[in-house]
Amino acid sequence: MVTALDINTSRERARAWAAASVVPDPEVPCVNVEELGILRSVDVVDGVAIAKVTPTYSGCPAVLAIELAIEAALLDAGFEARIERVFSPAWTTDWITPRGREKLKAYGIAPPVDGTSSRMELFGETRVSCPRCDSQQTEKLSEFGSTACKAQFRCLDCGEPFDYFKCL
Amino acid sequence: MASNSELIDVLVTLGDDHLILGHRLSQWCGHAPMLEEDLSMPNMALDLIGQARNLYSYAADLEGRGRTEDDFAYLRSDREYRNCLMVERPNGDFAHTMLRQLYFAAFMKPFWERVAAGSDDRLASYAAKAVKEVSYHVRHAGEWVVRLGDGTEHSAARMREAVDALHPYTDELFTVTQPMRKAIEKGIIPDPKDIKDDWMVTINLVFNQAFLAVPEVAFPQQGGREGLHTESLGHLLSELQYMQRAYPGLSW
Ligand SMILES: [Zn+2]
Repeated sequence: MVTALDINTSRERARAWAAASVVPDPEVPCVNVEELGILRSVDVVDGVAIAKVTPTYSGCPAVLAIELAIEAALLDAGFEARIERVFSPAWTTDWITPRGREKLKAYGIAPPVDGTSSRMELFGETRVSCPRCDSQQTEKLSEFGSTACKAQFRCLDCGEPFDYFKCL
Repeated sequence: MASNSELIDVLVTLGDDHLILGHRLSQWCGHAPMLEEDLSMPNMALDLIGQARNLYSYAADLEGRGRTEDDFAYLRSDREYRNCLMVERPNGDFAHTMLRQLYFAAFMKPFWERVAAGSDDRLASYAAKAVKEVSYHVRHAGEWVVRLGDGTEHSAARMREAVDALHPYTDELFTVTQPMRKAIEKGIIPDPKDIKDDWMVTINLVFNQAFLAVPEVAFPQQGGREGLHTESLGHLLSELQYMQRAYPGLSW
């Protein structure tokens, strides 16, 4: 039986999710925390919104800023807020949503190539398409780019250097 | 709490390896041979320091005496640090730095893989993240060792010098302290001897492509696990801990 209380709770939860999920990633502001897959859940218990957030990397310097921004967004929406940092299961780039991947590409960042089991092996090659011209003729310049989650590539057809969001 | 004391010791020892190596890598920031490496090394340093923070925070929680990760990092003397000697070695040239990274990462990757499947849930959750990060460190450092070893006569000579200088420090990665023995028995961490083969496979794979030989080591260098360090660690800590020592209790 669905009670009025249940409906109320799920409505509140949806409202809290809507508020929290649109917080942008400070380092890759074209995507928000939902599209990046780092906002794991939002629950509302006795008027307190509890958001579970997972870091992309152990040393991600943005994680505290992200948590504070989510807390602020929930407060703005009229909730008391609590942020919980969760580590398990570990974040993976597979959690980036299809919409997030599209936005990354439009922003000039090649989204992670998924399903390549050799992706992290020693001397493993990753085929990355250029986010500008879709050419497969690209080369890796460096394993690490502007942040730990990205590598630097260059397109051999259009000549454009670009960031690649690494598989993790 | 007594039963936790061994795990606390293991967490701090691991944390020390990661903090000190992370600090060493961060010293390259602004000095790397090219812009790409100026980004790579601080990024790897961030991974290592992030892992150290997780480990210290866990140790602080288990200890339950109100200490935090910062107390472990900033307020212990060199004799209290338990890192292996290799990670405190001065950076030397780029060949030294990349070889040291390969030696360490090639050990940590199979280590974290087993911890992730181990009996301590919280440590396993940190390990599951770390194993992904360290995989990139192995690849990055491995590619550089090959590039330099199979490069010019000059770069190959530098790489061989690095092997001679650093290989004697690799034994200490495989030593087992009393608290580690307990953690191994509880299935929290693997016995290092069980990952030696994995480590050797990685090193041989890289060395074969880099035209490098694994040297015979007559005198393995160790002591860090008992707090007996080289003079380099004191200099490193004086830089790392300067702010907290000069302004005790300072916070941002
Ligand atoms: Zn292109």
